[in-house]
Amino acid sequence: MSIRDLGLRVAATARPRPTLRARLALAGIPLAALALIVIAVLASTQGAAAIPPWTATLMLLDRLPLLSIDTGASEAWQRILFDIRLPRVFAAALVGAALATSGSAYQGVFRNPLADPFLLGVASGAALGAAIAIMSPLPIDSWGFGWVPAFAFVGATVAVASVYLVARTGASVDDRSLILAGIALSAMFGGVTSFLLLTGGQRAQPIFEFIFGGFNTSSWERIAFALPYLAVGAVVIALHARALNVMQLDEEQARHLGVDVARTKVIVLVAASLMAATAVAVAGTIGFVGLVVPHAIRIMFGMDYRRTLLASALVGASFMIVVDLFSRLVIAPQEVPVGIVTSMLGGPFFLYLMRRRRAVGL
Amino acid sequence: MAAPYLEPAPLLEVRDLRVLIGARALVDGVSLEVSAGEVVGLVGPNGAGKSTLMRAATGGRAGAGEIRVNGRALATYAKRDLFRILAVVQQLPEAPATMTVRDLVLLGRFPHLGLLGRESTRDLAVVEASIVRAGCEAFAGRTLGTLSGGERRRAFIARALAQEPRLLLLDEPTANLDAEAHAEILALLRRLAGKGVGVLVVLHDLSYAAAYCDRMVLMHEGRLVVEGPPTRVVTAEHIGAVYGRHVRVLPHPEGGAPLVVPAL
Repeated sequence: MSIRDLGLRVAATARPRPTLRARLALAGIPLAALALIVIAVLASTQGAAAIPPWTATLMLLDRLPLLSIDTGASEAWQRILFDIRLPRVFAAALVGAALATSGSAYQGVFRNPLADPFLLGVASGAALGAAIAIMSPLPIDSWGFGWVPAFAFVGATVAVASVYLVARTGASVDDRSLILAGIALSAMFGGVTSFLLLTGGQRAQPIFEFIFGGFNTSSWERIAFALPYLAVGAVVIALHARALNVMQLDEEQARHLGVDVARTKVIVLVAASLMAATAVAVAGTIGFVGLVVPHAIRIMFGMDYRRTLLASALVGASFMIVVDLFSRLVIAPQEVPVGIVTSMLGGPFFLYLMRRRRAVGL
Repeated sequence: MAAPYLEPAPLLEVRDLRVLIGARALVDGVSLEVSAGEVVGLVGPNGAGKSTLMRAATGGRAGAGEIRVNGRALATYAKRDLFRILAVVQQLPEAPATMTVRDLVLLGRFPHLGLLGRESTRDLAVVEASIVRAGCEAFAGRTLGTLSGGERRRAFIARALAQEPRLLLLDEPTANLDAEAHAEILALLRRLAGKGVGVLVVLHDLSYAAAYCDRMVLMHEGRLVVEGPPTRVVTAEHIGAVYGRHVRVLPHPEGGAPLVVPAL
């Protein structure tokens, strides 16, 4: 049946007028990208030694190919900007983007706006991996990025894989079994981590730092380690954005529109977990970002995953840079671990969204 | 042997379908056909196997026997190809309450789009045409949570039409609707058939089914009892045998279609 067979004369220009939300969503992505750039530059100028924002901008432009600008910046400023501040801002942006994208994908797969990337055990698995690395005789610093992130990554992967294998019956995976297995295995891993913390004495102190999360150990090497995993995860999720749109309907309808629901779920969950595991390996377990950012984006940008995934990544990156800035300035020269800040801000915001959700019927 | 190009193959051909759960047959040797331009009503008491048959016909349930869509065996279709020909409106479909009708209908274009494909002008035109065809233009911009029962059913039918199907399967699209909305949905199915779509619809109300269907298929305990025009299917004998002794069949005062009424 074609339109003509439907017996309708529809002008080729008959388009629905874009709703306010659709227009906001269209303008929203360039705006979010612009905001991210401004926030990143401003954040890299702040700290113990303040660099004027204009000078910092010129120093950054100077590094671009084909551009040569006399910035008049000292050698010290060069080192502070490019070796200390920028890797930190970059790492925060990547981790924020990864957690928010991953959370958005989780929420799509589970058709639940309150799902988060740590739902299937990524955080507890990573924490246990990190704890094992810290308590083992392995040197904390090696390979430029250290054993801790490597072990954390393996721990997160093992946790999600076990949750999946436990929940699976035959070829299909039930959502509820996945979530329950995630809760049970998280509790188990958490128990072992707590045991290591309690019996480890002084040696166990860095485990706390990992669990609270932060960017004080960021380096270009660590970013280079993380990038390929994040890129693969992001591309795979992006390719399934339209299937995620269809999966907002029930599974039977999604199947009737030609989506292989079981397969899409597994692929997207694996990709999202890979991104979350990488983020945790880089910066420890930073909670609530992957829950709150995509949730807020859905309220503002609507439910087209082709937009919400990208918007989540951009806003998640900006949000994490701001939180990191706050955490290193608020009681300077001391730093508050980022995970503590996101929990203290995210908890109340989550409760607010939960109450509001009932009001708007999301 | 009739030349196949003189008699176009039916859009849906089910031959001797058998669906088992353990040793129990949910559908036991049922055959039926749906051709372009006809509304076929599938009726029978609860548990007769109607929904199971519908599910098997869309590949959602494995069964023995032969199912052909548009002359081609169901199993040989790639998913997207199948759902460009066949659209399904299942019982009580779900969608987020905050989704607008137009966004819902747009999802019906999924089988037609590429992996990264943006909707083309044509896709959007089909969406608008489907909205008009299903009578949703008055509330296309509203969210699903604000619709009445009848409007909601029409929205999901519009979503199915956006697939540009030649064959439309609906499972109880009129359940829990008031009399007017009930008749509107069936009149819509008739209009679609008038445009050449083949419609197979599960219905519970035998009088409505008899008034709107070209043919009816009566099932009972997994088997096909009788099949044919409403006057042949909805008789005191068949209805009494399948549903019990508390119903009577009378001719409709306008046109004589059979009416099923309670025995007094």
